[in-house]
Amino acid sequence: MAKITLSKLRHSYVPDPQPDDYALKEIDHVWDDGGAYALLGPSGCGKSTLLNIISGLLQPSEGRILFDETDVTDLPPAKRNIAQVFQFPVIYDTMSVYDNLAFPLRNRGRPEDVVKARVTAIAEMLEVTSMLKTRAAHLTPDNKQKISMGRGLVREDVNVVMFDEPLTVIDPHLKWKLRSKLKELHQRVRATMIYVTHDQTEALTFADQVVVMDLGVIVQIGTPVDLFERPAHTFVGHFIGSPGMNVLPAELRDGGAFFVGRPVPLEGRIVKTGTLAQIGVRPEYVSLADQGLEAVVTKVADLGRHILVETRAGDTKVAAIIQGDAPAKGETVHLDFRRDQTRLYLDGWLATEAETRE
Amino acid sequence: MKTENQKAWFFVLPVLILVAFNALVPLMTVVNYSVQETFGNNQFFWEGLGWFEQILRSERFHASLGRQFFFTFMILIIEVPLGIAIALAMPRRGFWVPVCLVLMALPMLIPWNVVGSMWNIFTLPRIGLLGYFLNDVLGIHYDMTQQPVAAWITIIVMDVWHWTSLVVLLCYAGLVSIPDAYYQAAKIDGASNWKVFRYIQLPKMKTVLTIAILLRFMDSFNIYTEPFVLTGGGPGNSTTLLSIDLVKIALGQFDLGPAAAMSLIYFAITLFVSWLFYTLMTKDDQE
Repeated sequence: MAKITLSKLRHSYVPDPQPDDYALKEIDHVWDDGGAYALLGPSGCGKSTLLNIISGLLQPSEGRILFDETDVTDLPPAKRNIAQVFQFPVIYDTMSVYDNLAFPLRNRGRPEDVVKARVTAIAEMLEVTSMLKTRAAHLTPDNKQKISMGRGLVREDVNVVMFDEPLTVIDPHLKWKLRSKLKELHQRVRATMIYVTHDQTEALTFADQVVVMDLGVIVQIGTPVDLFERPAHTFVGHFIGSPGMNVLPAELRDGGAFFVGRPVPLEGRIVKTGTLAQIGVRPEYVSLADQGLEAVVTKVADLGRHILVETRAGDTKVAAIIQGDAPAKGETVHLDFRRDQTRLYLDGWLATEAETRE
Repeated sequence: MKTENQKAWFFVLPVLILVAFNALVPLMTVVNYSVQETFGNNQFFWEGLGWFEQILRSERFHASLGRQFFFTFMILIIEVPLGIAIALAMPRRGFWVPVCLVLMALPMLIPWNVVGSMWNIFTLPRIGLLGYFLNDVLGIHYDMTQQPVAAWITIIVMDVWHWTSLVVLLCYAGLVSIPDAYYQAAKIDGASNWKVFRYIQLPKMKTVLTIAILLRFMDSFNIYTEPFVLTGGGPGNSTTLLSIDLVKIALGQFDLGPAAAMSLIYFAITLFVSWLFYTLMTKDDQE
């Protein structure tokens, strides 16, 4: 187990890269020992690249990787003591489940009694003890994926276990089961775990800390609550939440923000400058009021516990999640934004400061 | 409720007719010949299983069958490992992939009788490049028209040259279908190259390899044109394979009955070995 430090990491898949060619555009980050992290972002944001660099399958173009204080940048995967679980379960078809789990240990020349003890313990943890003698080829996809995880966890000295979208091929009803299994495993083995996914539910349920990436940079690092409550970038607001945050074009005048000609009260003072101004407010904090911003209802969807109302204010779509009676389609309503959840973004980045309540 | 619709059978009918005319009818004709004796004039006499008995007891048949098995065994034992080795050595991506594939496919595109003639001329002493080199430069006496060993070496090398590509291409197809994640996982698991081959590449190649071996077995067991053009079965009878012998009996001596009986035995052996091999190779998966 180890703390993992990424220092000034950059990677490009083409030789002689221009600034735009970098799949990773300078990453500085420390993964604390024993943490459960999720690396969240859309396809092509560089999250798999980052993962492969940590595991050693890829050499970064620039920058260093340290496990504790040891520089491992030039070490091959086998020497780094890491484990990785891939999108599609990787199992050795011709071997039994037992031999599959024993494989990483036997390759490292561990004596057979140590192998037996470890495999038995891991099999019990993963609840696959009854399958140990069957051939791995005959397992269901979720069990195969369990075996893949088991091969990572079986070594007692792993620094970090990495998951690269491990639930992609798993049936929906088994997904949450495996997910909670993973969470439980993390609590038992206490290894650092990094979970790569583009699925926010997976990321938010698994991780203590979520790292959101977009276009090769880390956009925000925080707890699931942080990401939901205070997105540091409009991308995070948009990407996390369902539906995502309303991002409304704004005008800056007299030190305040205006949307379709009306002043919008913000959570606090504007602390940055920039050219492109946008107001961000989550649908959860938009409510219907007796007066205020006028909007026309374009769509109403009953989601069970609450109602999703889509409206149009000026030329901009504004979504609201409300309780109680739904307005009719085509009706004109007034919208109210909760002030402490209404923020200004300049050039995409958060530009307001929350007022300290005293 | 289950509705049964038998109309689908009509759509299979054209295929049935096709199969009947190109396989069943000729085969039945052969069956017909195999139980009769003829002295020409289209007159036939019932012979029963006499020809089969005669063939199965004939030393000439045993000898050519033995040569046939030896030939097939030799080429399989060379072509399969060689084919796997070449497929493993071929690049998986990049500029050289199409180049390698075309080079590999070239020998298979050459007509069989041309292959026979090529190797015939190639190995002839004095005239052929290889023959000249061996005899006049290295001083090794190598003449397949006189030496059975030289004749055997030539037909085996010729077949290896002609058909290893098939094994290579099929194995290569199996290899490129292995996702990168397998190699990456193996690296992380600390597997050696041998273990990667043994536990990842070989199992993934198994299906295509089964097909490759099956095709090579059937083709080499029924081979005719190449050895016929190359050695004509000689010197003496030393390279007379089963098919060459069969043609000698059927067309050379015009013994229709024995030739028909021999064809059926030949066919039965090919079918049986193929079935046996296929069953053994696929048995594992069904367990």
